[in-house]
Amino acid sequence: MELSLTAKRLVLAAIGAVAAILSPALAPQAEARTLRFAFQGELKSVDPYQINESFSLSVNTAVYEGLVRRGPDMKIQPSLATSWELLDPLHWRFHLREGVKFHEGQDFTADDVVFSAQRVRGPGSDLKGRIPADAQVVKVDDHTIDFVLKTPNPLLINEWESWAIFSKKWSEEHGATEATAMNATTPPYAALHANGTGPFILISHEPGVKTVWKSNPAWWDKPRHNLDGVVFTPIANSATRVAALLSGEIDWMDPVPLNDQARVNANPDTQVLAGPEVRTIFLGMDQQRDELGHSSVKGKNPFKDIRVRKAFYQAVDEEAINKKVMRGQATPSALMIAPSIYSQSQDFKRLPFDPEAAKKLLAEAGYPDGFEVQMDCTNDRYVNDEQICQAVVGMLARVGVKVDLNAEPKSKFFAAISAAGGYDSSFYLLGWTPTTLESFNVFQYIMGCRDAKTNWGGNNVGDYCNPKVDELARQALQEPDESKRDNIFKQAWQISLFDDVGYIPLHQQALAWGVSKKTHVIQRPDNYYIFAWVTMD
Amino acid sequence: MSQPTLEPAKAGDSSPRSFVGGLADSDLVASFLSQKIIVAAGAITLVLVLAAIFAPWVAPTNPFNPATNFLIDSLTPPRFAAGGDARFLLGTDDQGRDMASAILYGLRVSLTIGVLSVLLGGAIGITLGLIAGYAGGWIDAVIMRVADVQLTFPAILIALLLDGLAQAILKNSNREETAFGVLVVSIGLSFWVQYARTVRGSTMVEKNRDYVQAARLIGLSPARILARHILPNVMGPVLVIATINLAIAIITEATLSFLGVGLPPTQPSLGTLIRIGQNFLFSGEWWIVAFPSLTLAILVLAVNLLGDWLRDALNPRLK
Amino acid sequence: MIAFIIRRLFASIGVLIAVGLIAFVMFRYIGDPVNQMVGVETSAAERAQLREQLGLDEPVIVQALRFLLHAARLDFGMSYQFKQPVSSMIGARLPATLELAAVASILSLLAGIPLGVYTALRRDSALAKLFQALSLVGISLPTFLTGILLIYLFSVTLGWLPSFGRGEVVPIGSWWTTGLLTLSGLKSLIMPAITLALFQMTLIMRLVRAEMLEVLRADYIRFARARGLSERAVHFRHALKNTLVPVITVVGLQLGSIVAFSIITETVFAWPGMGQLFLQSVQNVDIPIMAAYLLFIAFLFVVINLVVDLLYVCVDPRLRASVRGAPG
Repeated sequence: MELSLTAKRLVLAAIGAVAAILSPALAPQAEARTLRFAFQGELKSVDPYQINESFSLSVNTAVYEGLVRRGPDMKIQPSLATSWELLDPLHWRFHLREGVKFHEGQDFTADDVVFSAQRVRGPGSDLKGRIPADAQVVKVDDHTIDFVLKTPNPLLINEWESWAIFSKKWSEEHGATEATAMNATTPPYAALHANGTGPFILISHEPGVKTVWKSNPAWWDKPRHNLDGVVFTPIANSATRVAALLSGEIDWMDPVPLNDQARVNANPDTQVLAGPEVRTIFLGMDQQRDELGHSSVKGKNPFKDIRVRKAFYQAVDEEAINKKVMRGQATPSALMIAPSIYSQSQDFKRLPFDPEAAKKLLAEAGYPDGFEVQMDCTNDRYVNDEQICQAVVGMLARVGVKVDLNAEPKSKFFAAISAAGGYDSSFYLLGWTPTTLESFNVFQYIMGCRDAKTNWGGNNVGDYCNPKVDELARQALQEPDESKRDNIFKQAWQISLFDDVGYIPLHQQALAWGVSKKTHVIQRPDNYYIFAWVTMD
Repeated sequence: MSQPTLEPAKAGDSSPRSFVGGLADSDLVASFLSQKIIVAAGAITLVLVLAAIFAPWVAPTNPFNPATNFLIDSLTPPRFAAGGDARFLLGTDDQGRDMASAILYGLRVSLTIGVLSVLLGGAIGITLGLIAGYAGGWIDAVIMRVADVQLTFPAILIALLLDGLAQAILKNSNREETAFGVLVVSIGLSFWVQYARTVRGSTMVEKNRDYVQAARLIGLSPARILARHILPNVMGPVLVIATINLAIAIITEATLSFLGVGLPPTQPSLGTLIRIGQNFLFSGEWWIVAFPSLTLAILVLAVNLLGDWLRDALNPRLK
Repeated sequence: MIAFIIRRLFASIGVLIAVGLIAFVMFRYIGDPVNQMVGVETSAAERAQLREQLGLDEPVIVQALRFLLHAARLDFGMSYQFKQPVSSMIGARLPATLELAAVASILSLLAGIPLGVYTALRRDSALAKLFQALSLVGISLPTFLTGILLIYLFSVTLGWLPSFGRGEVVPIGSWWTTGLLTLSGLKSLIMPAITLALFQMTLIMRLVRAEMLEVLRADYIRFARARGLSERAVHFRHALKNTLVPVITVVGLQLGSIVAFSIITETVFAWPGMGQLFLQSVQNVDIPIMAAYLLFIAFLFVVINLVVDLLYVCVDPRLRASVRGAPG
């Protein structure tokens, strides 16, 4: 039926009205610069002490700051402390920055540092190691503070970027003086609310759904960023995350799966920011039990024989793994530490890939027909972890070792291989990032002979043990000069990885951040996400 | 437009209700042969099943043997595409496995899981359904409440929960066998309620019929009555459910693999291949996901069509 | 009648308790929650302390009973990983899942019933056969694959619909949030709802077709036609009405599969609902959330079952008699 002219005009007006109402929903936010960030995991809590997980620690540095921080070159810089000196090897003095305020207005003073030192070593905190338990924290005046240690520790401040400084007044006011008792029945205030000194202020946090921050105009430092706010969404499914980046709904995300990197780069509006990560991926073997828990060999442990360990090492073609499984993005490694944080890496070369030599070694060791063993591997933790393990299975099969691959989610994997699970693995793949960004950490947790009381060797699942190596590592800790320390470590690396073949290092994996071309971020090899360094066009 | 009429359908005269009789009757076969699509579906299913059974002889390589998968061959396109290799008809995946062989072996695993879980669910469901329908009273009520509890746990939930349980209890057994068992049991358990309810309904109707009353009068035991007399008469709808469940089982297995509860990647089923292939969806190596998905889709389609036809053909009221 | 309801009520409570106990016992073996709560550098001694604090070293029966007693008061404890009360976490996610499930169900009904009617009435037409074939294609592919394909088509290539999340939500009352009142919310709902609805829709279509075909053969239909009623009246007033009862039953009973598939749909589309929360909690061994989720599903299911059974009794007079005279 035909509409009269008036009717047509009315209809048009109605459409116009509806469009006007809906348009704010349709129009992009042209003025405000909001960074939309996505990651494959969730942000468990906005209280940095609650869990020692690198994602949570890194994102929370947007709100909470430490006495020091690291720059884009990974060197330690002053933050809430302007300078520090060693009055003697046991006595550190820090001079605190003046004129800094917390987001809710409280002044930052030495009292807050004393309180935070107490909170971080208190119940519920997962960061107790940030300050030695027997260290004393002494307030000298409102802007000077002393740390008195019982034993010298040149690495004291290495992890202090993530030791957040809390406001004493605010914490007491909201009952947040403890990070959280694990059996709490009321929700801890600090898990959903935050009050720090940092460049961003927390607006809201819906765990597992969305977290929103806005820029802090009163920040003490000159901002390198030009953001008004940040929105974080966890997107677990990789394909969806990549799609969100490609469609322009996300500005920055991590990780971009290896297989999708070409596509992200080919898209005119996005690109992949790839760079070396300090995480080393390696294979470990049970060298402690007299009979392996998951193998066909009865009455003895093949991994106690260095010839077997060496055979396994030489059976693995790391170049092929890097080329085909990691698409050339990894850095094959001779050591269990990244070259960027150990100055003498270039002096070490991997044992050559030689399956014939491997077969001979196995025969010499008494296994001419190989044997069977179970391999434990994650399928959701490291880059292409499952595929790396599958490739290793194939390579070992060709020298006669039949591997039963147990690829499982990280929750099950870590439950089994950790101390609580009884270090239950015969042969496994693991990754490690030394959070202090130097070698001692690796010798302390991964290479050290296990001692349940001190947690030395706490992550040494296979219990590779050589007291000489431990002695060298402890000796290095006493040495304040970094290059002299590295010399000592050189001997330790030589013994542990080449004389003993305690572990089989594979490679350092690569970081792959997906960014829209309008977003400019700075990548750190420890995979920290620093919002304060992001600019958007 | 065709009006619903009183004339018999193309299949011919109405066949006797008994399942055994129905099969022997040539009307079913006639009905089968008269619809080209159904014949095609049947043929495809047969080909796939045979290929799966004879995979070790038909497939060019054994993809389950890790010693023969060379990384150097990985990510090769299919033979007919640019960059393809004559050895690999459908290309290779990221571990260097020949796709054609992987699909055949994977089909084998998937069909085995599918058939076993349908048998498991069917056995439990038919038994419980017969008992519930025949006995009535509180036995019936209890069985129906147990069914309610079961329905709260769809296959996905059961599998997620059983997986951890199985691994803890069977600590040192072979991973592949454990995963296989978990899959069959969880998918099978999610099926039995359907069978139980259908059979229960039919049993309740049948138990009042003359031939059952007669059998009771003679003094036959309930078990014998159920097995020999009632069971054959309730099998029709059971078969229909079974064919449809077979398709569902295979898809569920793919979904479970996606959720992390599946067969290990060294011995992938069709579903696991699709889950692995999902990572290559838009990376340029399309063949890794395309061929397994296509095979799965064709298989499921064919089985479902057969199930549809079976339901129509066995339903006497449609004649 | 009242007796019947009371009996069913008791049975329902029994079902809930059974589900709770089974779930709780199973959870013990899924993995170690303590490992998920702390970082890798935490010592063994501290972990043991944590275990004790959480009551994880007590016998299973004690833990299970304690859990059930608290659950009766809607207190499900605190999430191990998020340190938030589980009831508030589930409460926050509930509207998302319920909205998605409801829209998907309505979609599947709106699409499935007409298609089912058409393919029954025009049984031998080419279009009917085409619809049947297409419906099968929809369920021949795993849900996660269809979800991803939809995302790549509509978000990446065409840029019409958002690929993740719920869009802007509007709070209603003190607790509910809805995405139905904003454009971005509606757009975000489309693809997840279609993915979730696909399976249901096929099922309904086939069921309606089968039931309709049976009903059309029935005597009373023949008599109606003999009376001279128009085809339309025959089909819709008589045939369709009787077809719908079993359809509604099946739709209600399919709740289990909607819930199960919503786990996958929510994961693929990063939809902040209970399904995504549940999967996360399984991967992170967050037992309080897992247990609460299962109990909630059981409760929902039991309620729906009860309602359906009551409807049956009301609608079908034959059953009313049997209910009254049913043995105790």
